[in-house]
Amino acid sequence: MTAITHHTPDALLAAYAAGNLPHPFAVVVATHVSMCLDCRAALGAHQAIGGAVLDTTDTVELTYDLKANVLAMLDAPVLPEPVFKQSGVYPGPVMEALKGKPPRWKNLGTGVRQSILSAGDKGSVRLLYIPPGQAVPDHSHNGMELTLVLQGSFSDETGQFGVGDLEIADEHLGHTPIANAGAPCICLAATDAPLRFTSFMPRLLQPLFRI
Amino acid sequence: MLLEYNHIKPAKRIPKSTRREDKALVAASPVKVSQQTEWMLAVRDHRDKVAFAALFDHFGTRLKGFIMRSGMPSAQAEEVVQDVMLTVWRKAAMFDPHRAQVSAWIYQIARNRQIDVVRKERRPIPEELAEDPGAEPDASQILAIEQEAGLLRRTLSQLKPDQKKVIEMAYLGELTHQEISAQTGLPLGTIKSRIRLGLERLRHELKAMR
Repeated sequence: MTAITHHTPDALLAAYAAGNLPHPFAVVVATHVSMCLDCRAALGAHQAIGGAVLDTTDTVELTYDLKANVLAMLDAPVLPEPVFKQSGVYPGPVMEALKGKPPRWKNLGTGVRQSILSAGDKGSVRLLYIPPGQAVPDHSHNGMELTLVLQGSFSDETGQFGVGDLEIADEHLGHTPIANAGAPCICLAATDAPLRFTSFMPRLLQPLFRI
Repeated sequence: MLLEYNHIKPAKRIPKSTRREDKALVAASPVKVSQQTEWMLAVRDHRDKVAFAALFDHFGTRLKGFIMRSGMPSAQAEEVVQDVMLTVWRKAAMFDPHRAQVSAWIYQIARNRQIDVVRKERRPIPEELAEDPGAEPDASQILAIEQEAGLLRRTLSQLKPDQKKVIEMAYLGELTHQEISAQTGLPLGTIKSRIRLGLERLRHELKAMR
């Protein structure tokens, strides 16, 4: 594995720490942080700033019995929350989005497959499977798209992206990612707007495929 | 707790370069691990309810103030305070003073809980790194993290009011990432130079865990 060279920018990490990223992007950032020590450290620094804000916030009195209530609950039994661990190339946050099951791939043609993890009015997050030499069809965007490589690699007009690298594209970037030779490229891709494929599939079919 | 850090003048004496100098600084200064960290470690390692009650006294009212700043009404804010403090108790095993100061750890728990409550969705969180159970605590690393937090508090308090406001809005979740991006020329620059100091330490710490 080569070193990660494309990282999560500070603004995304800060918004992630503050909980103000749309859910699809939060899945990608949590996954990138799971894979990238540099960004884990950077997130720690942002949490430290958040901690400083918490430390310097004016206090507000609590109702008098809250502390007693909490202390009385310390020994209450709790159901352990499920913890999702990396499985194969899928880090914990992806496994959580998959609900612990393997991806259910849908063929998009030309060997390209996708598995939608979630799609809604805040955008979508999905896994893409791209055989070597295949292009993810040229698409231009309404909003922002984050693409994180989980296996293999791809290249586009902006550079090379290997395992752990995060590409950030917006409406100004009409790019054509092509999977490099080697293992098929598996990516985690999130967008805050419906994708518009400019070739490859008639627009009419898009609602059917939710892409 | 803020005062603890004042007498060592870290802003002038913290070297930008090597860890060896950091250690010399730590050894030369009379600081000790903060009270909050001691309480948190007593909760983590000994399930100490007295220490937990002390943490509650320290953070409960701050958390309520912090949560209400996001516009949450008092009663609902108290429910979140309760959930956050119970999470502090239940997930204490995940607290690592080599990587996070207590307030930073509680900050993330509080924001996660607020998002869960407001958006009714489970926030995706990074996979935990596997800890080395045999690792000895490294006091100098813990102190370094705490001094960093002290520096951040000081930097924050020294910002101009409008700059401070922007930082607070960002970390209270009131700014989108685009809005935070657009602010980089202003206070994030100051904060970032502080972040860089801390980053080297955190990176070193995380790499040692691999």
